[in-house]
Amino acid sequence: MSLSLQNGGAPTRALPSVTTVHATSGGNQRTTRPITTGTSVLGIKYKGGVMLAADTLVSYGSLAKYKNARRLVTVNSRTLIGASGEYSDLQSISDLLVSNALEDRCTADSLYDEDNNEECAGEVWSYLRAVMYQRRNKMNPLWNDVVVAGFRQEPDGTTTDTPFLGVVDKIGTAYEDDVLATGFGAYIALPLMREKYRPDMEEGEARALLEDCLRILFYRDCRALNRVQIAKVTKEGGALVSEPYELDTYWDFKGYVTNKGEIGTDGGW
Amino acid sequence: MASSGSGYDLSSSTFSPDGRIFQIEYAAKAVENAGTALGLRCRDGIVLAVEKPLVNRMLVAKTTGRRIHTVDEYAGLAITGFVSDGRQIVNRAREEASNYEETYGTKIPPETLSARISTYVHYFTLHGALRPFGASTLVAAYDPGTKRHSLHMIEPSGVCYEYYGAAAGRGRQLARTEMEKLSINPARVASGGGEGEGGGGGGGAITVADGVRQLAKIIHSLRDDAKDKPFELEMSWLCEGSGWKHQGVPRDVIADAVEWAKKEIKDNAEDEDDDDDDEEEEVGGGDVMEE
Repeated sequence: MSLSLQNGGAPTRALPSVTTVHATSGGNQRTTRPITTGTSVLGIKYKGGVMLAADTLVSYGSLAKYKNARRLVTVNSRTLIGASGEYSDLQSISDLLVSNALEDRCTADSLYDEDNNEECAGEVWSYLRAVMYQRRNKMNPLWNDVVVAGFRQEPDGTTTDTPFLGVVDKIGTAYEDDVLATGFGAYIALPLMREKYRPDMEEGEARALLEDCLRILFYRDCRALNRVQIAKVTKEGGALVSEPYELDTYWDFKGYVTNKGEIGTDGGW
Repeated sequence: MASSGSGYDLSSSTFSPDGRIFQIEYAAKAVENAGTALGLRCRDGIVLAVEKPLVNRMLVAKTTGRRIHTVDEYAGLAITGFVSDGRQIVNRAREEASNYEETYGTKIPPETLSARISTYVHYFTLHGALRPFGASTLVAAYDPGTKRHSLHMIEPSGVCYEYYGAAAGRGRQLARTEMEKLSINPARVASGGGEGEGGGGGGGAITVADGVRQLAKIIHSLRDDAKDKPFELEMSWLCEGSGWKHQGVPRDVIADAVEWAKKEIKDNAEDEDDDDDDEEEEVGGGDVMEE
């Protein structure tokens, strides 16, 4: 064994490694499409918090391969992310953010929690934007749409009452909104959420709306599942992710049971 | 060490004819004169305490020049000696912890963390171009896999041992003598401490709450308020109560411990004046070991 000061790894805050680039005789190969994928993530602000929802399915192409995969992750005590797209890239992003959060805690000015130097949701979102944009410019994107939920903070680091909800996509486009959806949900669920959204929604209303949207997505999105998780961030309680649970479904709608010819419209199958 | 050195102390890459490496011994000397650092392994956790001399009246003591650092969720380091050397060790420890977790997906076990720090420190004793670290490190860590907590100390030579009670810096010998009187060694507690009235459950080892007070007392008893510079007592723990996370001991708890320590020291001094016999009993309360 040779003596060396090498500790055999990249410094913690380095960007996720680009070792997925394989040198081959014909040139470099890069990610050109996602392989193991999660579908939509939904997010909504409500009175006193932000809520995210996603199902727990990870598909391998059209095969429903992993049915209990968690796609909503807490990255620190008051920030949540949820991602659709390549599941391994989500894991890599989550590892990155969690290790950043740990580093922030270790390098805090004080041994006590008095100076909260945890990243707030806005900072996580902005950082993620930089990561995604850099990877896209290297022609090796992390194949995800990531929703970030949490609260804004005061300059001194204390959490404000203003919730934050933002999204970053795989090419580094980032925006905020009161309601957000990624993947197929951006087509199916987002219009419904926009219609029902009010800034003064109670937690229960927000949750019912998200569950309805997930159920509708399960009916219409072939890569969706009725096993879901809901997560929320509140000022007092911080970030919480529910255990996966199953939504009730109802398959006896006329359009589902009657075949096309019989109901005189082009509904049904 | 009257005629110490004499040509053999210029580099840590050279042994003296009687088999010593003087640069390492000098590095150890640098630690001997620095603020006292103590670590105590208790039944329900580990307490670290460091005396931080306040070198200047205008110092913002709360946040600058800290001696206790968090390196991982369940791991804390106390350093003494050249604090700037120590900080280098702290940075390395953080890297090792984060690297281990990135590779293996679990928290770095205390023994592995300590071994890796000691490898790093040892490396600096091997090369002519390098200077050994003038700092000792106490490592308090918890292993969530085995649910064990342990205390290690790494010295400038790169040696690393596990301890029930460890001390470095000025007054370490006295501190060790004092710590031996506390019932922290399970083997000895099991054999001798059972019949003591205040032995306490769980093998009789003391709790972190008690450990905080005892360490405060030891650090205060090593000092001469008239002569020594003012200091800040930095304390951290990693215990059941903190969810095994490495955290600062709450300031009011430290203040209470110091108040108790000062009273104890005063009472002991008064007892000693009129009667020497009772001294032993006072030192460790109900936890005194029968030798």
